[in-house]
Amino acid sequence: MENSLNKEQIIADLLPQKFGRRGVIWVAILVGFCLVGLFAYYRQARYGLIVTSMRDYASWGIYISNFVFFVAISLVGSLITAVLRLTGVSWSTPLTRISEIIAVSAITFAAIIIVVDMGRPERFINLLFYGRLQSPIIWDVIVITTYFFISLLLLYIPLMPDLKIMIEAKQKEGKKVPKFYLFLGSFWKDTFMQSRLSKRAIHILCIAIIPVAFCIHTVTSWLFATTYRPGWDSTNFGAYFISGAFLVGAGAVLLAMVVLRKVYNLDKYITNDHFDRMGKITVMLGMLYLYFNVNEYLVPAFKMKKSEADHLNDLFTGSFAPVFWSAIFLNMLLPITILLFKRGRRPIPMFIAGIMIVVGAWFKRYLIVTPTLLHPFLPMHNVPKSYLHYFPSWEEWAIAMGSLAGALLVITIFVRIFPIIPIKETISEFHETTHK
Amino acid sequence: MNTNNASRKEFLAALLTTGLVAAGCSSNKKSPFEAFAAEDVKETGEKVKLLSVDGEVIEVDRAYLKPVPEMPPVSNSEARIGMAGKKFVMVIDLSRCKNLRKCQNACNHMHHLHTGLSWLKVYPMHEDEHTAPYWQPTTCMHCDEPPCVKVCPVDATFKRQDGIVLIDNDRCIGCRFCMAACPYSTRVFNWESPDITEEIAKQPYSCESSVPQKKGTVGKCDFCPDMVRQGELPHCVSACPNGTFFFGDLNEDTVTNGAETFRFSDLIKDKAGYRLMDDLGTKPSVYYLPPVNRNFPFESGLENS
Repeated sequence: MENSLNKEQIIADLLPQKFGRRGVIWVAILVGFCLVGLFAYYRQARYGLIVTSMRDYASWGIYISNFVFFVAISLVGSLITAVLRLTGVSWSTPLTRISEIIAVSAITFAAIIIVVDMGRPERFINLLFYGRLQSPIIWDVIVITTYFFISLLLLYIPLMPDLKIMIEAKQKEGKKVPKFYLFLGSFWKDTFMQSRLSKRAIHILCIAIIPVAFCIHTVTSWLFATTYRPGWDSTNFGAYFISGAFLVGAGAVLLAMVVLRKVYNLDKYITNDHFDRMGKITVMLGMLYLYFNVNEYLVPAFKMKKSEADHLNDLFTGSFAPVFWSAIFLNMLLPITILLFKRGRRPIPMFIAGIMIVVGAWFKRYLIVTPTLLHPFLPMHNVPKSYLHYFPSWEEWAIAMGSLAGALLVITIFVRIFPIIPIKETISEFHETTHK
Repeated sequence: MNTNNASRKEFLAALLTTGLVAAGCSSNKKSPFEAFAAEDVKETGEKVKLLSVDGEVIEVDRAYLKPVPEMPPVSNSEARIGMAGKKFVMVIDLSRCKNLRKCQNACNHMHHLHTGLSWLKVYPMHEDEHTAPYWQPTTCMHCDEPPCVKVCPVDATFKRQDGIVLIDNDRCIGCRFCMAACPYSTRVFNWESPDITEEIAKQPYSCESSVPQKKGTVGKCDFCPDMVRQGELPHCVSACPNGTFFFGDLNEDTVTNGAETFRFSDLIKDKAGYRLMDDLGTKPSVYYLPPVNRNFPFESGLENS
């Protein structure tokens, strides 16, 4: 079947397409969520963080867990593009651009949501004026900025040959080429020198992004692990966060694969083989994350130190137990079970598994942030009732959902204006396979 | 309270003026004030008694008293360095506390904290069924290895050479990392604009007075360096009727609650003083004396909680 594809066919299949009716509705829903989020943020900017449900004990809430979630999901860019590319896995080619735009979009919204969480966002610039290297926040600012730019380059450089193809296609049809495409891609002449340079650049960036990717999530875990609090004071945290990040990133790719294949009829490019292999990778990552979870909870639970015990009991059997067990099952046990079987590694079950992983991961981040803060060393005494519990206010939900919708909107717009499956690389790959 | 404040300001003004007078009076003894007073000052006929630096009581017309504009006593850079040669410590004698929370009220009042916020807390501590309950007031521990200072990304909270940990509310970005880092739950956040009078809100801010508190920034006990500079004790120390809090300078090896003064090292040695969560390595500057030979039974504090 693959051999029947010629160059023209591939180009025609993969060029970005106008939104259908479903696409317009989808965008309208996302824009709606973003607007509600913006209105909620206007209220927060005006009245202060009092509009949230955060108080002195639960001083971090779903903004921070949402931040951790975004950073986690952005790691997928490095997994699919860099790790798989460097290990010589060729089947991942159609997935590279999807994962890279997920990475860029997620890391952008991670930065936005952290500003939303600040009590004085207008003083953000103080991080440059007075920044001190000893603070893990500054480490995070540095590595996240670096990761953002490397990801952007890894998105852009492989895009340049495709821009040329797009420009040529438009010219062939006699349509006016938007200046935007010319600005981004007109200097790509596809000379031998240019391809060699771009190949080398991609190779170097793929190597460079791996340690940076490890840094962004390790440092994010250190925002918690550098404190004394039960539930955070753990040497396991860096590896625990990174394994969880790869899992949720793989989950996001599963979802993107199913949706894009269905909406843009990409069955020839995202094949059942892709689903099978991606499913196997997800099982492996799920088991890895499960392993670190066992370490994270079982070891302190064996000792039950007094300060840890209150926290752990609250998670296992107390007020957080429903969320805790749901997260463990949704994020790990159920998807692993589904994807272990060959019949589970097909589009529809994988779509369900992907949703479970992503939703479970979001709640998992919430469980990492808030329960710990509600179990301080000294008792919570003589404080208003609202300080003793945390349930996000509507403004927090609106802003958190708005940021998620914003990230999806960025991805959607990208898919609308750029080919989501790399055209050039797909052509050369088919070329290679047919000439073997 | 406002009238109290006003009269206090006037009194300070008078002291300042007499100071100037004393400096200049050798040349012009007959009418010491005329030389310094502006020409358009009209005497009110109301005399105020003042104590001159020589110890004489003199009478001055009220018209010559000028209010001193409220200025921060030290610049921001001075406030960041701290007082040379000092190392402030506090000792809290748990055997004297009965949860009256006068300390808390005085602190909230003098720092014009938002309703419901308290820097100073009094905890009922009861470790286990078979151990004795006791009341434990906590201030900021002003740690020598402060976890909050380590994590602050913008140097808004800092450690001074005199041992005090302060917050610069003009620089704080409100990330609340310090609140997560502090194991003593000592830090509070201004979740909304503090409900303070306009007069207080207009006061020039100083990290030493921590007044006025600002929306979206972190606040905490500051050991009242503004009071210490005036030679006075922190508000909690002077407010406690039971003398629970002792404040002093480690270099002088002295602590006092206003009524009693002790040699710090002897007090800690004799009463087996300790620090909270010392195992964390934070090295607090606040020491506790265990609740033995108590002045009050634990239950007597329950009526206030």
